[in-house]
Amino acid sequence: MDDATRICWQHYHTPATVDEAVSLLNRYDGRAQVIGGGTDLLLEIQQGRKPAVEAMVDPSRIAGLGEISQDGETIVIGCAVTHSRIIADERIVRQGTCLVEACGVIGGPQVRNVATLAGNVAHALPAGDGTIGLLVLDGEIELADPGGACWMPLAATFLGPGRSAVDHHRALLTRLRFKGTGKLEGSAFFRVMRPQGVALPMISMAARLRLAESGLVESARIAVAPAGPVPCLATPAMDTLTGQAASDDAFRAAAEAALGGISLRSSTYRASREYRAEMVRTHLPRVLALAAERAKTGTATPQGVGQ
Amino acid sequence: MSRLRMTLNGRPVELEVPESRYLSTVLREDLGLTGTRIGCNEAECGICTVLVDGTPVNSCIYPAFKAQGASVETIEGLSRNGELHPLQRAFLEHGAVQCGICTPGLIMTAKALLDEKSAAGETVTADDIRIALKDTYCRCTGYQSVISAILQASGQAVPPYIPATRSPGSAVGKALPNPDALAKITGKARFTDDYRFPGMLHARTLRAGIPHARILSIDTAAARALAGVHAVLTHEDVPGRNLHGLVTVDWPVLCADKVRYAGDAVALVAADSGEIAAAALRLIRVEYERLPTVSSAIDALRPGAAVLHEGRPDGNLLKHIKVDKGDIEAGFAAADVIVDRTYRTPTTEHLFLEPECAIGVPAGYDPADFGGPCDPAAARGEAAVHARTTVYVGSQIPYQDRDQVAAALGLPPESVRIVATLMGGGFGGKEDVAAQIHVALLAEATGRPVKMLYSRQESLLFHPKRHATLIRMRTGATREGRLTAVQSTIYGDGGAYASLSEKVLTRATTHASGPYDVPHVKVDCFAAYTNNAPCGAFRGFGVSQSCFAVESNMDILADELGMDPVELRRLNALDVGAVTCTGQLMKESVGLRECIEAVERDMRGGDFQWAWDRGRSRFAWGLAVGYKNTGLGGGAPDKAAAEVELSLDGAHEAVAEVRTSSAEMGQGLPGVLAACAAEELGLPAGRVRVLLGDTDYCPDGGPTTASRQTFISGNAARLAARDVLRELTPAAARLLGCGSDKVAFRDGRAWDGETSATLAEVIAEARQSGVPTQARHEYWAPMTQPLGTGGDMHFAFGFCAQAALCEIDLDTGAVHVRKVIAAHDVGRAINPLTLEGQIEGGIVMCIGYALTEHYIQEQGMPWTTVMARYKMPGIRHAPEIVSHIVEHATSTGPYGAKGVGELPSIPTSAAITNAIWRATGVRVRSLPVDQDELLRAIRAGAAEVQLGWGDREPIPAVRLGGPP
Repeated sequence: MDDATRICWQHYHTPATVDEAVSLLNRYDGRAQVIGGGTDLLLEIQQGRKPAVEAMVDPSRIAGLGEISQDGETIVIGCAVTHSRIIADERIVRQGTCLVEACGVIGGPQVRNVATLAGNVAHALPAGDGTIGLLVLDGEIELADPGGACWMPLAATFLGPGRSAVDHHRALLTRLRFKGTGKLEGSAFFRVMRPQGVALPMISMAARLRLAESGLVESARIAVAPAGPVPCLATPAMDTLTGQAASDDAFRAAAEAALGGISLRSSTYRASREYRAEMVRTHLPRVLALAAERAKTGTATPQGVGQ
Repeated sequence: MSRLRMTLNGRPVELEVPESRYLSTVLREDLGLTGTRIGCNEAECGICTVLVDGTPVNSCIYPAFKAQGASVETIEGLSRNGELHPLQRAFLEHGAVQCGICTPGLIMTAKALLDEKSAAGETVTADDIRIALKDTYCRCTGYQSVISAILQASGQAVPPYIPATRSPGSAVGKALPNPDALAKITGKARFTDDYRFPGMLHARTLRAGIPHARILSIDTAAARALAGVHAVLTHEDVPGRNLHGLVTVDWPVLCADKVRYAGDAVALVAADSGEIAAAALRLIRVEYERLPTVSSAIDALRPGAAVLHEGRPDGNLLKHIKVDKGDIEAGFAAADVIVDRTYRTPTTEHLFLEPECAIGVPAGYDPADFGGPCDPAAARGEAAVHARTTVYVGSQIPYQDRDQVAAALGLPPESVRIVATLMGGGFGGKEDVAAQIHVALLAEATGRPVKMLYSRQESLLFHPKRHATLIRMRTGATREGRLTAVQSTIYGDGGAYASLSEKVLTRATTHASGPYDVPHVKVDCFAAYTNNAPCGAFRGFGVSQSCFAVESNMDILADELGMDPVELRRLNALDVGAVTCTGQLMKESVGLRECIEAVERDMRGGDFQWAWDRGRSRFAWGLAVGYKNTGLGGGAPDKAAAEVELSLDGAHEAVAEVRTSSAEMGQGLPGVLAACAAEELGLPAGRVRVLLGDTDYCPDGGPTTASRQTFISGNAARLAARDVLRELTPAAARLLGCGSDKVAFRDGRAWDGETSATLAEVIAEARQSGVPTQARHEYWAPMTQPLGTGGDMHFAFGFCAQAALCEIDLDTGAVHVRKVIAAHDVGRAINPLTLEGQIEGGIVMCIGYALTEHYIQEQGMPWTTVMARYKMPGIRHAPEIVSHIVEHATSTGPYGAKGVGELPSIPTSAAITNAIWRATGVRVRSLPVDQDELLRAIRAGAAEVQLGWGDREPIPAVRLGGPP
C-alpha cells in the first residue's frame, strides 16, 4: 500500500543558474531529478509508480526560466512558467490559443498555479493536455546537459506512455518554444472529460490551421489523443484537409480520415472506442472550424478555460 | 535539516526543518498552525489550500523549500486584531460552515479571488467563484451558501438564503449560525489530528491487501527490533474480546484465523514517528492461504460459494428480510398496467473530508512525565491527567465506542472514557469502530498516548461503505393510476462484516413501496456477506437505494398510463389515515401532498414545459418523492439523556449548559439543542452552551444516526430544561414571596402575577440555599414495534418532493443538474439556516450518487484506491436550489420537529434519471450515469442503459422472491 508519509526526496535544491542545475544533476549521478510543480511527479512517487530520489532539483529560481518572451514570431516559455501564467498571457491567447485552451483545463486553479508546461511535457503521457496543444503548434524543447544546450522537436521526446526521451535525472528541460500563429493562422483545442474518478481525458483534440488568401487550407496540424502510446499527429486528417476549402464538408471529411488513420481503443472506466469515435466525428470538425474562424478573423477568445 | 525562511501571515519566520517536508507539514507540525487541514495528500480535495505569494496552492503536495523566501498566508492570518475578515463573517452568516474541515481551504481560495478581482477593479460573479473553487471541495454544504457568502464578502448585497418557515418562538425557528462555527472559520477548531500529547507515539495498521484468505502465520520479530518501534500487536495481544460490531459482533479487532476483505486489520505498530511505523509494517511477514473470492451478493448466495463466516448456519446469507401486506397475487390481478424492471445501485463512499483519526491515552497518563505542562484543573486535553484509559475520537457513537473499547481491553465500560472530538464529516461512515480499539490497545501496551491517523487512501480501503444493491421492482396500477401492488426483490452486498447491514437493508425493504398508499406489498430482501468492503450506515440508509427503484418505476408507469407524473404521485401519496406497507396506520404529520404541491406550483409557474431544446442541449424536468423514518424504529429502544445546568457568568447573567453525548458532524446539532433548551428556559439561544460527547461529563445521547438527534436529544434537552426550572421553583417562590404553585417561568424570568424576578436572581438564590441548579432527563421516544408484528415501525417520517432540471449535452452525453426545486416536511424547523444547509448538502450528495460516485471493486480488490479515483460533486456540479419547508408538526417531537438529516439525499437520483429519460427517451437503470453509455444509447435510439460507470456486466437477472 502506498504511504502518503513516504519520503519522496531528501534534499531540495533551488539552483540559481542552469550550469548549477546541470552540475547538481551530474553530481547525483542519477539519484536526483528535476521537479516542476511536482503535482504529477510527487504523486507518482507516493503511489509507488516512480522511485523516491535523493534530491529534487527545482529550476524555478533560475533567472530567465520563469519568463514568457517573444522573439519575432517565436514565443519562448521558460520551464518554470506555470499553466496559470500561460493562460493569462495575451500573446499566447492570440498566437497559441490551443495552448491556452489546453493548459486552461489542467487540474484546477491550485494545480495550475504550480504545475508547469515543462512538467507536462516531461511526463510524456499520450494525452497530456498541454502536450497536445504544444504538439499541433509544432513546439520544440531546449535541453541543457553537461554537453551544452540544444533544441529538439517536441514530437521526438516521447518514447512510450509516461516515458520521455529526455533523462530528467541528468538533463534540464530549460525552455519550450513555438512559432506563434500569425496572419491567416489559428488554433483550437477541445477535451471531453468525465465527471467521475478518471484523471485522464476521454478524448482530446487540437488543430492549428494556416489558410491561404484564397481561403483554402494551406497547412494543417491536427492531433487526436489518446491515439497510441505517444502523442502523435493525425496525419491522414491533415493530408485530407490540406488544399481544401475551409468548409464544414472538408472538416467532416478530415474527421473521417482521422478515424480511418488512428486506432482508437476502449480504456476501462475511461471511454469506449465507439464513444471516442463519436466524439471525433462530432467535435473535430468544430475544432477545425474554430481554428479556421480564428485564422480568418485574427482574433481568438479561448473557450472552456477553467471548466 | 536546513533553514527555511518565509513571511508567514505578514511576519518573518525562520526555522530549521528537513528539506523533505511538504509545506503543510511545516505549517501543521513545525509551526503548530493546524488550521490548514489535510484531506487527501493527493492535491485532490483542496482543503489544504494556502496562499503562496498570493496564489492558492495545495500545501499537501507543495515542497516546503519551494516556498523559500516566499510570502505564505494561512487561515490563522486572516482576522486582524480580533476582527473577522469579511469572508469569515459572510461564511458565518450564510451558514456556509458545517463540519468545518474544508472551511479554511474554501476561505483561502476565495480570498485569493477577492484580492485579484479587487486589484483589477472587477466585480466578482458566481461564475468566477465556480472557476476559482473548482478543486476546493466541501462534502456538507452543497456550495450554494459558499457562493452567496463569497459574493457578499466581495461587497455585494447578497443575503443568506433562508427558506420561509413558521414564525419563530424566542429561540426555536430562528436562523442562527452554528455555535461552533466561529472556531471553524478562524482555524482554531481542533480536530483529532490537531491534538499533540507530550510523549505521543504514532501508529500504523497492517491490512490484509487481499480479499479472502486463511492466516497461516504472522512474524513480527523484525518489526519489533526496528529502532523507534514501541509496540507491535497482533490478535494475541488483545486481552479481552477480539471482536467488535454494532449489531452482530463479528468483526475482528485484529484478524486471527482469516482475513475477509482487503482492508482487514492484521497487526498494529506504534513508533516514534509515522515513517518508522510504516517501515515497521513493511517488516511484518504474514503467510496467507488464499481462498476463493465472493464478489457479489448474488454469487455469495449460490450453492457452493465460499463461506466467509464458517459455522454460520445460514452461510453467507446475513438475513432474509420480508414485508408482506395484503395479497400480492390479488394485487397484480387488479392491475391494468404492470411495470417490472431491475435496477442496480453502486457501492459508494462517504468521502467525509476528515480522514479518521483517534488518540489513545493510557490509564494514569500524566503529561508532566513527558516534559509537558500539567494542569490539574483541566477536564481533558493535552495538559490533563488521565486517570482511566481514554480515547479521543470523532465518533458518531461515543458510548458504544466506550463499550467496545472496554470489551476489547477486558475491562468494565466505566474503565474507559471517550472524549468525542470535532468530526470533519461523518454521514454514517464514522459509526463503526475505526481506530478506537487499536489506539487503546497500543496506549496500554506502550504506556504512552498513541495517535492513529488514517491516510485518505487507507480510509478508502478500510471504512464501511453504502450497500450496492440489485433491486427488481414490479409495480401494478389501475388505468386510473391507483397503485394496487408492489413486489420487490432486493439483493444487498453487505461486505465482509455485518456492521449495520441488517438495519440498512431492513430500511430499504420497509420503504420499498415508496411513500404511497399501496394495498398489496411483498418485498424480499437478501443481505449477503461478500469479500467486498463491509457496508454500513450511510446517509439514506437503504432508502437511497430503494427510492431510486421506486421512483424510476413510477415515472415509467406514468408514461404507460399517459398520466402526469405529478398527478400520479399525488393520487397515491401517503396521508393521515393511510396504512404503510408494514401495516402502520399514519396518524399524524404526513406533509407529502403539501410537498408535492409546493414543488409543482414552483416548477409549473410561468411558461412551463417538461422538456425543451437549446443549442446542442436538451433540458428536462424530472420529479421524485421520498420519505424517511425519524429514529431507530423497529422496536429498538430509542432514548437520549441530557443534562441542563444553569449558572451565572462573570457579569452575573444567567447562562445554561446542555450536556449530552451526541455527535456534531456539521449538521448543526449544538444550535438545535441550544434552541430547544433556550426556548424552554426563556433565554436567548446565545446564552446556552452545548457540551457534546465526553462520556465522563455527558450522559448518553445515543447514536447520531437515523435522523434522530433533533427529535430525541432535542426533547431530552427541552425536558431537562423544564426539569431544571422545576428544581428552581422553590427558590423563585421565596424571592417572589408566593407559593410554589403560583410561580410561572416566562421570557427568562420567574413570575407571580405582575411581579417577577430574573432567572439570574433565582439561580443566585438557589445556589445560596445549596440547591443544585441542574437537572437530567432521559427521554424515551414513543415505542415502536419490530418488523413483522404489524405495529408501528417508526414514530415519525419525514417526506419530500424534488424536481430536478437537467441539461443533457447531446454531443457528449454529459448531464448537468441546473436547478432543483425541493420541498421537505420536517415537522418544525428548529433552525432554518442549518436546516437549509442539510437540504442543500443532501441534494448535492445525491447528485453525486446519480452522476459521479462509484467505489469500484474488482473481485474483492478495490480499484478506487486513491481519492483521484472517486469524485464527489464539486462546486461546478452544484445546481441552484430552491427550497420550500413544509411543517406538519408531530405531537411528540420537540416543538413538532422530526428528522431531516437524510431525507434530502434520497430522491434526487431518481429525479435526475427521470429527467434524463424525458430528455432523451433513455431509461438509465444503473447508477452512476455513464455519459459514454448514454450518448451511444441516444445515437442508437436505444430505450435504456444498463451499465453505470464502473459496471462491467449487464444487470443480472433477479428472480422475484429470491434465490432458488
